Amino acid sequence: MGRVIGLVAYHVFKESVRDKVLYNLVLFAVLMIGASYLIGQLTAGQDVKIIKDLGLAASSVFGLFIAVFIGVGLVWKEVDRRSVYNLLVKPLRRHEFIFGKFLGLALTLFVNIAVMAAALYAVLALMNWMNPGLGRAAIEAPVLDPQLLKAFALLYVQLLVVTSVALFFSTFSGPMLSAAFTFGLYIVGHFNADLAHFESVVKSAAAAWLGKALYYALPNLAPFDVKAAVVHGQPVSAAYVGLTAGYGLLYAGAMVALAILVFSRRDFK
Amino acid sequence: MKMLALEAEKLTKDYAVGFWRPRPYRALDNLSLQVERDEVFGFLGPNGAGKTTTLKLLTELIYPTSGRISVLGKAPGHPDVRRRVGFLPEAPYFYDYLSAEELLTYFAALFGLRGPERSRRVSGLLDKVGIAGERRLPLRKFSKGMLQRVGLAQALINEPELVFLDEPMSGLDPLGRRDVRALILELRDRGCTVFFSSHILSDAEALCSRVAIVVAGQLVTSGRLSEILAFEVSGWELVMADLQPPAIEALGSTVRKVTRISEGRYTIEVAAEAEPERVVGDLRSRGGRFVSLNPVRTTLEDYFVQQVEARKAAPPAGRVMPEG
Repeated sequence: MGRVIGLVAYHVFKESVRDKVLYNLVLFAVLMIGASYLIGQLTAGQDVKIIKDLGLAASSVFGLFIAVFIGVGLVWKEVDRRSVYNLLVKPLRRHEFIFGKFLGLALTLFVNIAVMAAALYAVLALMNWMNPGLGRAAIEAPVLDPQLLKAFALLYVQLLVVTSVALFFSTFSGPMLSAAFTFGLYIVGHFNADLAHFESVVKSAAAAWLGKALYYALPNLAPFDVKAAVVHGQPVSAAYVGLTAGYGLLYAGAMVALAILVFSRRDFK
Repeated sequence: MKMLALEAEKLTKDYAVGFWRPRPYRALDNLSLQVERDEVFGFLGPNGAGKTTTLKLLTELIYPTSGRISVLGKAPGHPDVRRRVGFLPEAPYFYDYLSAEELLTYFAALFGLRGPERSRRVSGLLDKVGIAGERRLPLRKFSKGMLQRVGLAQALINEPELVFLDEPMSGLDPLGRRDVRALILELRDRGCTVFFSSHILSDAEALCSRVAIVVAGQLVTSGRLSEILAFEVSGWELVMADLQPPAIEALGSTVRKVTRISEGRYTIEVAAEAEPERVVGDLRSRGGRFVSLNPVRTTLEDYFVQQVEARKAAPPAGRVMPEG
């Protein structure tokens, strides 16, 4: 079972490499190097913060685009082009196919995030080397702060949640609708916490109940964003990272399970 | 009785049509068939008759509304069955980013093949279907006919006991069709059961031991070609040259039809009971020159057209079923 899932996952990764998806890393590198040169003119200490902020934000945007645009095509493209017919008549069960697709995109995202994290550290190290006084000026957090890894880790889990949502929509809907739904859920997910206290702003019990139900059903993405805390040197505990990542993995797992449920019953007309 | 490779019993498939008020559309109606092991079985019908629907049911790409399917003695989706069957979908499509060799290697790996055995099988099949020279070319650069050949190769990667081919000749040039015919016969000789759908009847006549004909989602007939078609001669087609019309008129009522080909050259259709040697002798004695003589038999095409026309003349109640 693991072998065939691995094969499907490997081919998702191979396709994204051959479709030049990883070229976004070059764009990221150019952005980071260009920005570090321009921002170098600012007060020592501030430039480090801005570079960190920019690096994390760019990773988040690039990651989001990959997760959504590849995620919505993962299953839909195979069904639309009928290449899925060749696969599903082989010793590959439908749930293995879906799980393999998810893992393949997870691998692509992992490589992307890992390279972007390495590039950010490389730029920071270069700045530190070129300006030895930078370490003393950056008073809130060290220049090569290991805390950045926590932000990248949570960003990665957040992207897995987005991927799972895109994959779920991809099992029954076209790419335009799936992308719209996924982006919609991504935005809603950042304001989800407001729904938890919906009863304090509405009178109707039904509306309060609906708010609560939506709070639990929709992904809560705001806790994954620890960019500001990390950049400003505020502590992010390992327990917080673990708990948030655990929630994310559970949510992604549930979405993949739903995708499997839909896909397993599907007729390929 | 021979072992069955495949058995379908009262297979029915309804699809919902319409968005707001979906109504069932019956794509396949109560179809039953049996395919014996080691035979080449032709599944014939006009476009839209339900051939592809049947093949998708037999490979569990879709699920039946009702009915029962047994493939190699088990449910079609059983992992053991998946390992032992091959499938070529109609107008197959593969991944643009892979080459033919990479695709076959991927599919071979799904069957657990590895190492030299996998390489041997991939190379052997690329040679067999005639695309060894293009093995490293990305599949997006392949023509329709070449994709069909890749499709055949991937259907055979696991050396299947039973192979389903949906319109295997479509998109192929005459040379390609000859190759595929030879391949199907080779598979049969190796002990592989071949189930193929087609609307090209000459292929079925050349290859199949048994056929089934499906029209408008319903099975019209199934059985040995020799049982379905009357193989006895229904007449003779004689071509003669240097003939004068009075010589033909002298033959009398044995002549069914006369077609003039060119000056003095005629095709003469005579009744089955007429002795062709005598007719030829008569005409030669009147100055005619013998060119050719062929028996006239009912072809699968004649039978097929007759069946389809009969269905059209008396259509079923309608394939979109009434509500309620």
